[in-house]
Amino acid sequence: MPDTPLIAYDHVRKRFAGNGGVVAVDDVSLVVASGEFLAIVGGSGSGKTTLLRLTNRLIEADAGTITVDGEDVASLDPVSLRRRIGYVFQSGGLFPHMSVAANIGITPKLLDTPAPEIAARVDELLDLVRLDRKQYRDRLPHELSGGQRQRISVARALAARPRIVLMDEPFGALDPLTRDALGEDYRALHKALGLTTIMITHDMTEALLLADRVAVMRSGRLLSVGTPTELAVSDQPYVKELLQTPRRQTERLKVLLPQGGFA
Amino acid sequence: MSLAADPRVAEAWSHLADYLGSHLRVSIAALALGLAVSLPLALLARNRPLLRGSLLGVASVVQTVPGLALLALFYPLLLALAALALRWFGFGFSAFGFLPAVLALALYSMLPVLRNTITGLNGIDPALIEAAQGVGMTARQSLTTVELPLALPVIMAGIRTAAVWVIGTATLSTPIGQTSLGNYIFAGLQTQNWVLVVFGCVAAAVLALAVDQLLALIEQGLRMRSRLRSALGGAGIALMVAASLIPALAMSSARYVVGAKTFTEQYVLSALLTDRLEASGLSAVTRSGLGSSVIYEALRNGDIDLYVDYSGTLWANQFHHSEMLPREQLLDALKKDLAAQKVTLLGGLGFENAYALVMPRKKAEALHVRSIDDLAGHTSDMSIAGDYEFFSRPEWAALRKAYGLSFKAQRQMQPDFMYAAVASGEVDVIAGYTSDGLIAKYDLVVLDDNKHAIPPYDAILLLSPKRADDQVLQDALKPLLGRIDLKTMQQANLRASGNNAESSPPAVARWLWEKIAPVK
Repeated sequence: MPDTPLIAYDHVRKRFAGNGGVVAVDDVSLVVASGEFLAIVGGSGSGKTTLLRLTNRLIEADAGTITVDGEDVASLDPVSLRRRIGYVFQSGGLFPHMSVAANIGITPKLLDTPAPEIAARVDELLDLVRLDRKQYRDRLPHELSGGQRQRISVARALAARPRIVLMDEPFGALDPLTRDALGEDYRALHKALGLTTIMITHDMTEALLLADRVAVMRSGRLLSVGTPTELAVSDQPYVKELLQTPRRQTERLKVLLPQGGFA
Repeated sequence: MSLAADPRVAEAWSHLADYLGSHLRVSIAALALGLAVSLPLALLARNRPLLRGSLLGVASVVQTVPGLALLALFYPLLLALAALALRWFGFGFSAFGFLPAVLALALYSMLPVLRNTITGLNGIDPALIEAAQGVGMTARQSLTTVELPLALPVIMAGIRTAAVWVIGTATLSTPIGQTSLGNYIFAGLQTQNWVLVVFGCVAAAVLALAVDQLLALIEQGLRMRSRLRSALGGAGIALMVAASLIPALAMSSARYVVGAKTFTEQYVLSALLTDRLEASGLSAVTRSGLGSSVIYEALRNGDIDLYVDYSGTLWANQFHHSEMLPREQLLDALKKDLAAQKVTLLGGLGFENAYALVMPRKKAEALHVRSIDDLAGHTSDMSIAGDYEFFSRPEWAALRKAYGLSFKAQRQMQPDFMYAAVASGEVDVIAGYTSDGLIAKYDLVVLDDNKHAIPPYDAILLLSPKRADDQVLQDALKPLLGRIDLKTMQQANLRASGNNAESSPPAVARWLWEKIAPVK
């Protein structure tokens, strides 16, 4: 499935000043193919979010190169780079003083898309994330549930028809049912729209279920990257440790739900 | 008598358009200037801790300066600047009234705007600012579409605080020559006309509340994205500005401006002068409540056209002479000093309003005190009260030196209150004014200055340089020269210090004219 590399990290390093100069990303090289769904898994302080932010230059790398579609991002205008990459923030990052429609339409508006076109696009996206157009268009973010907010956040990321979507623990704060539904819906969108997605998560189960490949990070270093099958045979102790939880859960669920249910 | 029918209320109403309009004009100009400076500064400083700290520090210090002092300081500052501008660029500007008031009030308005704008912007969730970047906003777009709207309630709260402060403090711009609702308060305080004081306070409070509510309406409109509310609030403010400009437009340029200092006699005399000018067909307005040091400079600069001063005051305070000359010689010397500055001394009104040491008659008789010399032996267990400037004036130094006075305590007081204070025994001696009607009312006695330590204080009429050759004006004023004797002035002052319908300065001025008018 991975063919042409759309995003490539080559010996990327990022050190933060202060606190004794913590190395957040330490010599990471990684290739994400066009159309691929990559999940990056790691605990807090593993550098996974930093790596994601380096991609659209929310922060700048100290060393190494990052290319998007063959172009070194350091040579691109960061603002226009960000406008062509969708980004879903951890807590949604919706602007509380703007309606759902204004939030979704923000990037097209920044790109000077005509208003009627934006309105049509907003309705289309509300359909896409399965929220009723009429009911939600004019609401303010605080009138929505957590799951609805993340759906809007996904819609906003997709508004300017990006080829790439970066997601920073997008479903982390949701209840399990909503989270599962949203994950599945997004996976379908990823396929249907031919997106290339990098998703940050601390939950190995979620990563395994949604992604084509999973990258494991710890203390700024990329420990391992591969398909779930490849990871399963990894001899990295930390990868084994991360896989323990989903394995144990599976065993336990098999016992609890002997019919092989649909949990 | 109902309050509404009281002629003092009617008089207060008759000034409302002028005072309120001027007050609003100076307040809104100051607020606009304050915002125009503070908002960009706040944006510039919010992410620069050093600049932010020093800006807020300076603004806080400004806030601790009492409003009256801040306004007073801007007058000499601008006077110096105007002199420099005249020398370097060949044009001057008026350092009187509007300009110093606007600058001082604008400075006063800065702290709440700076602090709230910085606090509001820095209090925004950093995740939202990152989101704004993430969706592709430039720093400017992030500021205008995300940060400023989110900080708006806090920023508007600062602007509203500033508006209320400015409108309240603008009442203190009267002494530097800016007409405001403070004219009611200063005049009322000096002539013990409490109706005027209350009227001025209520008007200022109502104005502050109205502006505050209109700003609140604009804020609600912006926050709830209700164009109607913002438009209503904006229209209200615009209407106020427009209304405040109408009296200014109606004001003709040919008017004579009569100045008055901040005490009863001056209010009465300025009303008398204004009446005389109008009787001769000249249009005149009064600028009252001017500070003692402001008024002479204002005359020299032509910001006012005429006023009454006292020879000894000018001699000692304006021209800094320390030697005391006999009355006629002093007047001649003063006339030369004034002429050097192109100010015309038209003549004396006929009475003297001198500083004098005053005490209750009974106490003076009991102690066998008739002159200051007699008093000198008793002062070590006595207290003395004077007005706000007396103890820093050269006359006080001269008195102490000549008689070897050394009082146990000295206190500063509102002039109108010190007569009652000495009558009731709260202080033993006061530095009063010889023309004050309260001396007779409280049965006080003026102590002889047998060593002539205090200079003569003839009430003299001064004209600004541009009126030096104005024959019509001088003819209108000449009937007043030498016509007012001390007793008449004392009676007039006593009438004006009453608290009734006949005690307003214009009413007393009419009474005074009837007494002194030449028989036809």
